[in-house]
Amino acid sequence: MKKIATGNKAVAEAVKQVVPSVVAAYPITPQTEIVEQIAEFVSGKEIPTRYIAVESEHSAMAACIGASITGARTFTATSSHGLLYMHEMTNWAAGARLPIVMANVNRSIGPGWNIWAEHTDSLQERDTGWLQVYVSTVQEAYDATLMAFRIAEHNDVLLPVMVNLDGFLLSHIMQPLDTVDLGDFVPPLNLPHAIDVKNPAGYGGLTGPDQHFLVRWDIERSMRDSVNVIEETEKEFLKRFGRKYGFTEDYQCGDADVIVIAMGTLGKEAEVAIDLLRKEGIKAGSMRLRWFRPFPQLDLKGRQVVVIDRDYSFGHGGILAKSIEAQTKEPVFSVIAGLGGQEVTYEDIADFVRKRRMGEEYWFGVKVNV
Amino acid sequence: MFEIRIHSRGGQGGVTAARLLALAAIHDGKYATAAPFYGAERRGAPIVSFVRIDDRPIRIYSQIKKPDMVIVLDASVMDVVDVLQGLKSGGKILVNSQQKKAFSGFSSSNADLTGIALKENLVVSGSPILNTPVIGALAKMGIVSVDSAKKAIREMFSDERNVRAAETAYQELVA
Repeated sequence: MKKIATGNKAVAEAVKQVVPSVVAAYPITPQTEIVEQIAEFVSGKEIPTRYIAVESEHSAMAACIGASITGARTFTATSSHGLLYMHEMTNWAAGARLPIVMANVNRSIGPGWNIWAEHTDSLQERDTGWLQVYVSTVQEAYDATLMAFRIAEHNDVLLPVMVNLDGFLLSHIMQPLDTVDLGDFVPPLNLPHAIDVKNPAGYGGLTGPDQHFLVRWDIERSMRDSVNVIEETEKEFLKRFGRKYGFTEDYQCGDADVIVIAMGTLGKEAEVAIDLLRKEGIKAGSMRLRWFRPFPQLDLKGRQVVVIDRDYSFGHGGILAKSIEAQTKEPVFSVIAGLGGQEVTYEDIADFVRKRRMGEEYWFGVKVNV
Repeated sequence: MFEIRIHSRGGQGGVTAARLLALAAIHDGKYATAAPFYGAERRGAPIVSFVRIDDRPIRIYSQIKKPDMVIVLDASVMDVVDVLQGLKSGGKILVNSQQKKAFSGFSSSNADLTGIALKENLVVSGSPILNTPVIGALAKMGIVSVDSAKKAIREMFSDERNVRAAETAYQELVA
């Protein structure tokens, strides 16, 4: 059914359709609309979900962990400082192999106090064992949330999944949304290590050095296996609902000499920049990275690469640019842009490509020494 | 692509007007996005919202720099904000005002949206609600169809007074 929704409402709509048993959440701008909407679904008895209002994000994730380990489908949403406050528990969720799904509305981290879009919040979670997908439209926010449950709960994965959408730019924009009749696309959760009172077992016990690395390796093995599960899920989604997704969304990449790589809404707006550049005779393409974890193998052979990072790792570089440099020998021009919601237009993106300086790093909007 | 910038004050319904307009455009079979610019909002502060309407999916998220049309829901905003900034030559401007105001080089229209809202007693927390009458004025200007405008209003508001306010604005628009 065709309707119009914000990115936040689209996420809530998807959550409603998969009917989690438990949602535990704490509000934070610009995410609040997601959990408000779910709370309305619960209070209006539209879904039989138990909504746990907690006193902090740390407690939100702790409550999700407690619920999930009983085998209950579990969801939460957060942003920025809320996500960072959860950090100890996000590690726990992945380590305990709990298929929790979380929407993170990407927002910068203070100080200075700023509520606008940046990816440094979720990228600081990159080593926790969570799968991470970044979306670029309201429709994709909805579709990716539906798929996140199926991927997380797949018995070859059993790892939590974070769906990331840009604060305000996507969380608060209104775009068309086509909701689906879900059918059995997300099968019931069957957690093999769920607490069973008839068959007691220990959870979270001490693991010595001789065992701990095996537990870690098991996470990595599942992370690698998740590649197939993601591909299979996206293929099935296409078959049933007609919308195609992949690890990247490629636009005009076929004959491109230079490829722009970005995540989220910047990656979508980059396509408009590509249209401009093509008119000027510049063979450019856009490869919007959707999955950051697991990080896909990208085919960049023989191309120049312009990476736009809406994030930064101090003393190191753009997190996306460094990840790409680590897997390719092709020259990279690293652009740092859009931090804290900095306005970046398709014309700016086209300019990054025109004025690219391979091997260098460029801070958009900073006047000195870049 | 047709790009519209809406100027209002926090609490007047400018954001909802943008959403209604986008919804009506979608009912017309177009693609549309409505994006409020979120700054440090508070009731009464000047704010802007953006609407894009196109025949193809819209891939732009950055702010509208050169609008085809500007809507001013609160004429007093014009004292503190240059509402014409970037407006394309010959572009449309719609002002909520009893009096016609000419803008050289642009095509201006006006309607007393506040008066229409008050007549229907569409008032929330002391502020007249301008978002439904303005959709009627926009239908008259051909930005969206009348049927889609009414459909969008009925989807978002159960109170028929909103549709009546839009109809009155449609009648009273001065081009």
